[in-house]
Amino acid sequence: MGFYIVQFLTGLSSASALFLVASGLSIIFGVTRIVNFTHGSFYMLGAFIAYSLVGVLDGFFGFWISVILSAMAVGLIAVLMEMLILRRIYQAPELFQLVATFGPILIIQDLALDIWGPEDLFGASAPGMDGAITIMGTPMPEYDLALIALSAVVLGGLWLLFNKTRWGTLVRAATEDRDMISALGVNQKWLFTGVFFLGSFLAALGGAAQVPKGGASLIMDFEILAPIFVVVVIGGMGSIPGAFMAALLISELNVFGILVWPESTLVLMFLVMAVVLILRPWGLFGKPEAPGQHGQVGAPEQPYRPLSRKANTLFAAVLGLLLVLPVFASDFSLVLVMDMVVLSLFAASIHFLMGPGGMVSFGHAAYFGGGAYAVALITSHFELPMEVAFFMGPLGACALALLFGWFCVRRSGVYLAMLTLAFAQVAWSVVFQWGELTGGDDGIIGIWPSPWLGSKAAYYYFTLFFGVGGIMVLRRTLFTPFGYAMRACRDSALRSASIGIDVNRQQWLAFAFSGALAGLAGSLFVYSKGSIFPDEMSLARSFDGLIMVLLGGVKTLAGPVAGASAFTWLDDVISRLDYWRVILGSLIILIVLAFPQGIAGFFRERFGVWFGQETDT
Amino acid sequence: MSTSAEFIWDHIMLKVSGIHSYYGRAHILSEISLEVGRGEILALLGRNGAGKSTTMKSIIGLVPPAKGTIEFLGENIQGMPPFMIARKGLGYVPEDRRIFAALSILENLEVGRQPERQGAPYWTLERLFDLFPNLAELRDRPGGHISGGEQQMLTIARTLMGNPSAILLDEPSEGLAPVIVEKMIETIMTLKSEGLSVILSEQNLSFASYVADRATIIEKGQIRYEGTIDELQKNPDVRNAYLSV
Repeated sequence: MGFYIVQFLTGLSSASALFLVASGLSIIFGVTRIVNFTHGSFYMLGAFIAYSLVGVLDGFFGFWISVILSAMAVGLIAVLMEMLILRRIYQAPELFQLVATFGPILIIQDLALDIWGPEDLFGASAPGMDGAITIMGTPMPEYDLALIALSAVVLGGLWLLFNKTRWGTLVRAATEDRDMISALGVNQKWLFTGVFFLGSFLAALGGAAQVPKGGASLIMDFEILAPIFVVVVIGGMGSIPGAFMAALLISELNVFGILVWPESTLVLMFLVMAVVLILRPWGLFGKPEAPGQHGQVGAPEQPYRPLSRKANTLFAAVLGLLLVLPVFASDFSLVLVMDMVVLSLFAASIHFLMGPGGMVSFGHAAYFGGGAYAVALITSHFELPMEVAFFMGPLGACALALLFGWFCVRRSGVYLAMLTLAFAQVAWSVVFQWGELTGGDDGIIGIWPSPWLGSKAAYYYFTLFFGVGGIMVLRRTLFTPFGYAMRACRDSALRSASIGIDVNRQQWLAFAFSGALAGLAGSLFVYSKGSIFPDEMSLARSFDGLIMVLLGGVKTLAGPVAGASAFTWLDDVISRLDYWRVILGSLIILIVLAFPQGIAGFFRERFGVWFGQETDT
Repeated sequence: MSTSAEFIWDHIMLKVSGIHSYYGRAHILSEISLEVGRGEILALLGRNGAGKSTTMKSIIGLVPPAKGTIEFLGENIQGMPPFMIARKGLGYVPEDRRIFAALSILENLEVGRQPERQGAPYWTLERLFDLFPNLAELRDRPGGHISGGEQQMLTIARTLMGNPSAILLDEPSEGLAPVIVEKMIETIMTLKSEGLSVILSEQNLSFASYVADRATIIEKGQIRYEGTIDELQKNPDVRNAYLSV
């Protein structure tokens, strides 16, 4: 009996960090409508700063003061970010604001590496709480009890703050209708800043408090994102009790699941999410969202038009240049251009889903990497010829997208996006952890094209054929009945349903189609590199894809190609420098501030009339 | 255009001069000019889609006009963010009420609370509950769980919590039962007697004729008629041309 009680309490204590971080994310999203990806970085930063402070401040009180101080410090860093970056772009399309939160992730990664070094840091146990008490014969670490108490205090404190103070009332009102509180004389700016402080404070508090258990490491930022997104989706966005219950549910299932089936952690998370989504699609404590409330990418788009003659000429000219490139370009630049083409296809598949499809995928690398792994696995295990194995990429990715997509399209907007991220993280973890099959961290190597494609130039033309072909297929699809139906579902799910479109099915198939083309890009990629590693499925890769699309401009069909090319080139130029993350992160922020409509959107606005393309308003 | 020479208001509260407003590229308002004096009620009349709500949103700063000036109490407020305009003492009651559904009635009122203001009536919770007795009984009910008429009262009460000296009332009678409309007329007359200036938008004349001193008719984003309510009532041509019957 004692064992089960202790096991239960252990689950409760590990729910603590999850709850703190997830509630912070939820609070920030509720008011600012920004999914703050930097949240994970604030969690990591909280842990690092606490690690350093605990070394200076001694004793029981020193420890807790360190924890609070590091959370405050991170809160202030977050306020700086909010005031310098986010304040300038609250009027920009919601999704574009996401990109602005990617910049600080990169900058914080480099700074943390510089200050605390590359090694994982192991936190000393908390002074005065390093023992264990015995519950019915089973020992229970004191610090776990302290964590339970901490989350209880925070839960109670948040309840009081939101229900018993004027500030809390204003925050709840702002969550419902930001413009209205402004018209009632409330300065939104400072409310946003305050909320950003509170949310980031909670993230850092979660990070700092778990130092004695888990230490601090440079991968904490991405590691925490998937679980907190799952917590938010299960609990219901904006609901603090929901975040608590969901964190508890996942943690308890974890600690008890491990007893029955040690490798079950990931699968359990997946199953819980699946069950909740089927039974209560809007989360345990969430409310059904009003149609079109989330995930709208700015103002409604103009209908797409076929390319004008001038634009067609430009396209033909670029294609012609690409075709003659091998005559004079070095192998090195051919590889760079191949990367650009492959990633353009990847970005175009994300754009297809996000722009015209209205479904934002935060985890599209699952299908890019999934396609690549499908090729690599089939080649290394069955020794199929490349001519066959190549097509396993799109097929495998399509199958994966059909599976994940079935769940994802049950939700819309930001929830759908979070689900895609969570599923992608599951896929990544499976590849990473299932070493016997996938080689784990060592990846799969020696996947080369057939001899007739052996030369760089030959494979270049092969890449060009499938890469450009894939992008044209994606574009062409928008002007087919399938594309019309998909765009109709984006513009109004209700009206589409009322004219006989099965919205879920339409979106599901669009999801799978986009996944298949991401898989095609993965196929091209694996043969151009000769190898595949789990990194290609990681969140960082998914985020690269998002940055490409959003930098290029969501509302232009040329956007993803422009964005991917620019990003690949930029990455190539600066990734050889020291502090390249700081540079890239700062560049991203600058581009977001300077061109809120994206690169292609900017050119279209300036030169669109000349090309006979309608400009966005 | 006729003018209202017989009304000379000693104190202009709000003066809108030649504003132009856009939604994206769509030109919604063109050369809109209005004036309302202390304790005066101006009816802004026009059909659905004529530009009444946009005019109000432009004044309060939610749809900032691209051109023109807006003076409130002698100060240019054009270009200020909505919260600053509201803090100057200009209240806004939106057409769609925009009650915070998850907040209780009391909390809805709390959101509107602003400090007492010189030269404007001061509203305490007690005074508001005297004016709207229904709300007092429902004070702990979530804003989303009350009737449309109660929501309309709440949205006005919420704006009054800011102690404004002038308010913009966007179609307050819309969708209300006749008995509630009568109550609304009483309420507006009470506000007038407190010295509040009101700009009231309506689609037809009947409701406005009970409360308003003057009327301005707007159509397709332009002003078509200005005059006293009495003049307008005697002018069926104008009514038929620009107003719903």
